[in-house]
Amino acid sequence: MSDKQKGLQGPAPDERPHPAGRRNSQGIRIDPEVESEPERRRTVLSAIVEDEPGVLSRIAGLAARRQFNIESLTVGPTTVDGHSRITMVVEEPDPGIDQIEKQIAKLKPVISIGELDDDAVRAELVLLKVRGEDPDKVHAITKMYDGTTLDAGPETITVQLTGDERKIDDAVDAFRRFGIIEIARTGQTALAHGAKKTVPGEEPGTSGEPTKPTTNTQ
Amino acid sequence: MSERTAATTDADASSQSDDEPTQTEVTSGATAVVRALENAGVETAFGVQGGAIMPIYDALYHSDIRHVTMAHEQGAAHAADAYGVVRGDPGVCLATSGPGATNLVTGIADANMDSDAMLALTGQVPSDMVGSDAFQETDTTGVTAPITKHNYFASSPDTVGDTVGEAFALAAEGRPGPTLVDLPKDTSLGETDREPGDARPPETCRPRTDPDDAQVEAAARAIEQAENPLLLFGGGVVKGNATDVARNFATEHQIPVVTTMPGIGAMPEDDELCLSWAGMHGTGYANMAITHTDCLIAIGTRFDDRLTGGIDTFAPEAEVVHVDIDPAEISKNIHADYPVVGDAGTAIERIGAEMEHSPDAREWREQCLVWKDEYPMDYAAPEDEPLKPQFVVEALDEATPDETIVTSGVGQHQMWAAQYWTFREPRRWVSSHGLGTMGYGLPAAIGARLAADDDETVVCVDGDASFLMTIQELSVAVREDLDITIAILNNEYIGMVRQWQDAFFEGRRMAAGYEWCPQFDKLAEAFGARGWTVDSYDEVADAIEEALAYDGPSVIDFHVDPAENVYPMVSSGAPNGKFALSEDQL
Repeated sequence: MSDKQKGLQGPAPDERPHPAGRRNSQGIRIDPEVESEPERRRTVLSAIVEDEPGVLSRIAGLAARRQFNIESLTVGPTTVDGHSRITMVVEEPDPGIDQIEKQIAKLKPVISIGELDDDAVRAELVLLKVRGEDPDKVHAITKMYDGTTLDAGPETITVQLTGDERKIDDAVDAFRRFGIIEIARTGQTALAHGAKKTVPGEEPGTSGEPTKPTTNTQ
Repeated sequence: MSERTAATTDADASSQSDDEPTQTEVTSGATAVVRALENAGVETAFGVQGGAIMPIYDALYHSDIRHVTMAHEQGAAHAADAYGVVRGDPGVCLATSGPGATNLVTGIADANMDSDAMLALTGQVPSDMVGSDAFQETDTTGVTAPITKHNYFASSPDTVGDTVGEAFALAAEGRPGPTLVDLPKDTSLGETDREPGDARPPETCRPRTDPDDAQVEAAARAIEQAENPLLLFGGGVVKGNATDVARNFATEHQIPVVTTMPGIGAMPEDDELCLSWAGMHGTGYANMAITHTDCLIAIGTRFDDRLTGGIDTFAPEAEVVHVDIDPAEISKNIHADYPVVGDAGTAIERIGAEMEHSPDAREWREQCLVWKDEYPMDYAAPEDEPLKPQFVVEALDEATPDETIVTSGVGQHQMWAAQYWTFREPRRWVSSHGLGTMGYGLPAAIGARLAADDDETVVCVDGDASFLMTIQELSVAVREDLDITIAILNNEYIGMVRQWQDAFFEGRRMAAGYEWCPQFDKLAEAFGARGWTVDSYDEVADAIEEALAYDGPSVIDFHVDPAENVYPMVSSGAPNGKFALSEDQL
């Protein structure tokens, strides 16, 4: 028989000394006088991945189950055989961006991932189908935004536009007056400015010359 | 001896000398899989036969790998998980396609949450039938993608051996976790003579083990200056085999230690510096220390919500040094002021070498001892009341050797086992922490028993409801003649649910009662095990002694006080320091 028959002791919860400090929802210690929550920020992440089946769904699935908000996601081959580049636009507070980057880096097919600077070169492609009643006016706007007419008929005109997000948004606004019937946007793709590497450790390569990943990704 | 073993032994005798292990010639994808397992040093695998996995089993026929057929695939996954926890190498489980694979899912998810290294091999319908909703087809890689470290669809007999080797190595690399290889039947049956190479993790998953100099230096300075330093040892200390280094660090610098529940055993719980484990049902003194530390040195923990309570009130005065091999854990839940990415042992050694002096924490240590006195782990146990579950746990602890391996299910019994058993060594406490899987205890005991040395004792502390969930595995324990003592703390409830219903749902005990529980002693006997029922304090010691003396699976059904609750308790999301000692403090 145990000799512990006294029951639990000690001061009750409210009688115990409690510290004055607190943390915010990101687990960061905060000054009791100053509340601070990081603001959401829109940024572009670029990842080099092994081009194996299911890699895109692994990344998309990870983002979904961890409740990260992906605005757009593009994927395509690189100059290196067997590698693809995934470009994603995310909108999260800083700790969220940090976390999505690290979680994606842990996936086995991911060779390297990095966040692009503000000066990165970004572009998006959009196809727009508008009413064909004013072909001249549509053509003028298309020219104004360096677009191309892909298909023109008596009822509809389809144009192609490329450019950065702001230009595309402006162009879409301009075409609204004709009545946009359908729209298809690819989402942004991007590369780092100048000679800077888009993804940490990224080695230049040409098709047929496989490169070795040089960074620790886990 | 079974027919199968006899056949293998005869074949050995005619073709091999005694010291030369049997090795199958690689002729097919399936034999390549088995060869890869042999190359990786796999000695035991747990599984259930089935259509799509039959070629692998056929290849195992001539292997020295011991295969343990479980009653259910969930049992195979838990057994492999526990085997890995005790051994320190990945456990291996096998299942067929479709329902076999989906039955593994709970066990894989469990291993994933607890960062336990495990390799699951699943059969799959032939490649040309994949996607056709063929008989027993499930998208296993799709289903298990969120709960594995990585999974593979093995599409070629020539590469499947290397894939299995890679999956095995990846499971143990860096932060451990489960991996899975889905094996379509044509890959298993397909011809190949390719010998798999050594088990190597993929190039893209090589963790940083040696931490950055600047991080080590910053952490060392922070610890030196702390007035109330506190070490928090998580499961990563145990799984990273860093226990010795971590203990030396604590002792050399005289820093008090709390652990997480998976970190139990990282520090001897009878050491004066050890404040046991913190969190929802952790000790009052551990939670007081967390609440008042000014420098929390957290090693190998992911700051689960059962540990932290409300994020806003967790260690509110503390600068946090966070050592973890997984950079994604840094600042995921609790912001790390001083992150250190690296292997636990290496990081602690480096920080220790960098420190010029120990923190001056004499007053703090004294304060921790005061809390130990103020909030002892006690329970009221007068003899005239129904049997107290805590008493049973203490009696089991007293009757067994110090290094006994304890497995548990999930619920009140799990908390009492963790609270009232004194653990002194790592890899002795095998439980389902992150996922909280009821039914984990018995199959885990089977895995632990097969991983442990013959002279080690294995005890499973289970609850009535938890035990019922995987009770069929008792047949395996009997068939394999495994010396396991199962102690059921039977209160005829899903006890933790009943406790919460009483505390937070005004006592509406909806679907919490298990009054229809079977007579477990008789059920044990029906399975071929030994069984006892214990109702009173007088019978406890004798039943334990008899059960431990019995060389085989034994079940003691302790009828304990159905009204007993688990305290201390931190309400969900509340500050750790506000733990309640009774219902009226909640």
